[in-house]
Amino acid sequence: MSRPVQYNTNVKLAEMPEGYSGEGFMATSFDKIVGLARSNSLWPLPFATSCCGIEFMATMGSHYDLGRFGAERMGFTPRQCDVLLVAGTIAKKMGPILRQVYLQMAEPRWVIAIGACASSGGIFDTYSVLQGIDQVIPVDVYVSGCPPRPEAILEGILHVQNLVHNESLRRRNSDHYKALLESYGIQ
Amino acid sequence: MALTNEIIKNRLNEKFGEQLTEWEEQYGLLTCTMPAAANLKVLQFLYDDEQLRFRFMTDLAGVHYPDRKGEELCVVYHLHNMADGIRIRLKTYVPVAKPDVFTATQLFAAANWMERETYDFYGINFVGHPDLRRILNVDEMDYFPMRKEYALEDPTRTDKDDEMFGRGGTIV
Repeated sequence: MSRPVQYNTNVKLAEMPEGYSGEGFMATSFDKIVGLARSNSLWPLPFATSCCGIEFMATMGSHYDLGRFGAERMGFTPRQCDVLLVAGTIAKKMGPILRQVYLQMAEPRWVIAIGACASSGGIFDTYSVLQGIDQVIPVDVYVSGCPPRPEAILEGILHVQNLVHNESLRRRNSDHYKALLESYGIQ
Repeated sequence: MALTNEIIKNRLNEKFGEQLTEWEEQYGLLTCTMPAAANLKVLQFLYDDEQLRFRFMTDLAGVHYPDRKGEELCVVYHLHNMADGIRIRLKTYVPVAKPDVFTATQLFAAANWMERETYDFYGINFVGHPDLRRILNVDEMDYFPMRKEYALEDPTRTDKDDEMFGRGGTIV
């Protein structure tokens, strides 16, 4: 007789990092473990201003289900979040606010620019619209589309997961990274 | 007797005579032009007059007519008589070199933000406005974006990241 509770055997497990293992122990480098844990538990912060935000809502919803990738916990405060998702047109007047949200996030932090407007200003080649959020904050992944389909946003998240997974623990202290922030006037 | 465009026009002509010009009635909306120096007198008369009673400001906007030399900038007032359900449109023209118009904020509180917006986009200087600052655009902006004096695409713009459009990069 089968057991009353059927366990789901179709669970995809994360790959074990390279390391040295023996009887009852396994030794690997710390940043591999940290990268594994971080990349599968990203807390996104949605910063949605227009139609890309609607697509992002679909991505979060049950049909596309961002939760499958360990990123279902939206935090609506920058202080708790790891990845900032900027979806939609950012007017120049909103630039300083976006920048402040970015500054309030704790390191390590990542940014995805979702859609043409956030990436480049899109069709709004005009006096009032910021021509890409990378003019005020550094961006890790750009998602193309106007607006992008949820699949594209999911791929953007997977790219960020890949970055998080492979990031060296010392990257945020490197001169290169400091120079990058310096170029944006961020200490 | 219901208030008609005819009556309004006669009342205004009695009071101001030759000062009001360019009368027209587009789609039934009575329109005329008043001199910038007399704009408050006309608005005040329309407000106070027991028969006219235009006591609600629906809209205040700017227009730029680059071809009207010496009076390039226009301020348009839309007033509404709530009691009789009738509207009137008043225009006043000022030169772009010295765009001074008296503020209507003492008469209509609604004019405050609308005049700020008109200043923001056209640079019209509302004399006597309590707080004439930009309202919609960034404070650092040093031009008036809705004036018809800009080329459709300005190749010297530096805020455009050309790299994304295959025109050669400007941002290192």
